[in-house]
Amino acid sequence: MAEVASTGAAAGGEAGIPQLAFDTFPNQIFWLVVSLVAIYFILSRVALPRIAAVLAERQGTLTNDLAAAEDLKRKAVEAEAAYNKALADARTEAQKIAEETRAGIQADLNEAIAKADAEIAAKAAESEARIAEIQAGAVQSIEEVAKSIAGDIAAAVAPGASVDADAIANAVSARVKG
Amino acid sequence: MVAYVLIAVAAVLFGLAYADGYGSLAIHPMDQFEVKPLFGDGPIHWYTPTNATLWMGLAIAAIVALMVMGTKGRAVIPSRSQSMAELAYGFIRKMVEDVAGKDALPYFPYIFTAFLFILFANFLALIPTSFSPTSHIAVTVILALTVFISVTVIGFVKNGAGFLSLFWVSSAPLVLRPVLAIIEVISYCVRPVSHSVRLAGAVMAGHAVLKVFAGFAGALGLAGIAPVFGVIAIYGLEVLVAAIQAYVFTILTCVYLKDALHPHH
Repeated sequence: MAEVASTGAAAGGEAGIPQLAFDTFPNQIFWLVVSLVAIYFILSRVALPRIAAVLAERQGTLTNDLAAAEDLKRKAVEAEAAYNKALADARTEAQKIAEETRAGIQADLNEAIAKADAEIAAKAAESEARIAEIQAGAVQSIEEVAKSIAGDIAAAVAPGASVDADAIANAVSARVKG
Repeated sequence: MVAYVLIAVAAVLFGLAYADGYGSLAIHPMDQFEVKPLFGDGPIHWYTPTNATLWMGLAIAAIVALMVMGTKGRAVIPSRSQSMAELAYGFIRKMVEDVAGKDALPYFPYIFTAFLFILFANFLALIPTSFSPTSHIAVTVILALTVFISVTVIGFVKNGAGFLSLFWVSSAPLVLRPVLAIIEVISYCVRPVSHSVRLAGAVMAGHAVLKVFAGFAGALGLAGIAPVFGVIAIYGLEVLVAAIQAYVFTILTCVYLKDALHPHH
């Protein structure tokens, strides 16, 4: 107890409680004020603006990144729409080309058929002409042969009799035509 | 807090009582709070560097380490120390904004100063053989008076005589209002007392109890292992108290500031 009392007394306290040693108050208050002022200036001049700037920058970065993400998403949607449109265009184009090709082939085919028909018609006409010619030739040959045979027959039947050649020819011609 | 003070007082008396009778049980739980000159043994003038100076200076150093060195990188993706600094900043800033309103933000630097000073002084005081500036009434009274006087001045400057409506409970019946006004004025004036004694009392009581348990551990020889567990348990509690008292002091400051800025009930 004596020791406590003496140390307390040395600090000027009552009943050995240093918190009540009033002669240390000016000292503590002085250094407290110095500390608070120092901390206040360190914080308000250096630390707080710095942290506020960092937080603002982070907020800005976040906002920018979110905006960029939104932008990219929009672009992706646009790209998909463009792709779908291109696909649809290509499909209609392909259909158109197929249609045109089909029409072209059809036209060529029609032309070829028409040409072939014309050729066939020409050939048929030619053949008919020849047939007619051959027929005419045949008829004439028959007439001549018949006239000759008729003359011969007349000479054989009535030898010596004068036979009119023209009369025979007329008669044969009449018979052949009849 | 009241319980702590009682425990502390009991512990002090207990220690002193035994110190008389048995030399081996001379526990001096209050010696740790003595303000001593750092150099030599002379008288303590107002400018003498003392252990209070040292531990306040260490608190400043710790604050600089966290808030200035820690945020050196200014990184968008923070380092661990920068993250802690930002956490403390955001915590107190949000408290000021939520409790006292947006127009209290100009006072945020000082509130943050007080918070960090108390927090680091409390934590540093938990180092064995250290000195606790916040256990001293002289320190906490100045902290509380600074808040009290500033808040009162701000109240009158911002609201003029309208600040007095803080004491005029307009929701009460007219006859009761003068009585309530007296009570309100008294409670307003007692604020700095409770504001300061709460902090100093909690820190002092906790540290004294720690010292008493440690004294037992030293005095009991082999059986002293038992009080060591007590020391461990109370130390854990003290870590909690160190943070909570800083928090309580700060939030009360915000509450008082809110009254000054918005005195109408």
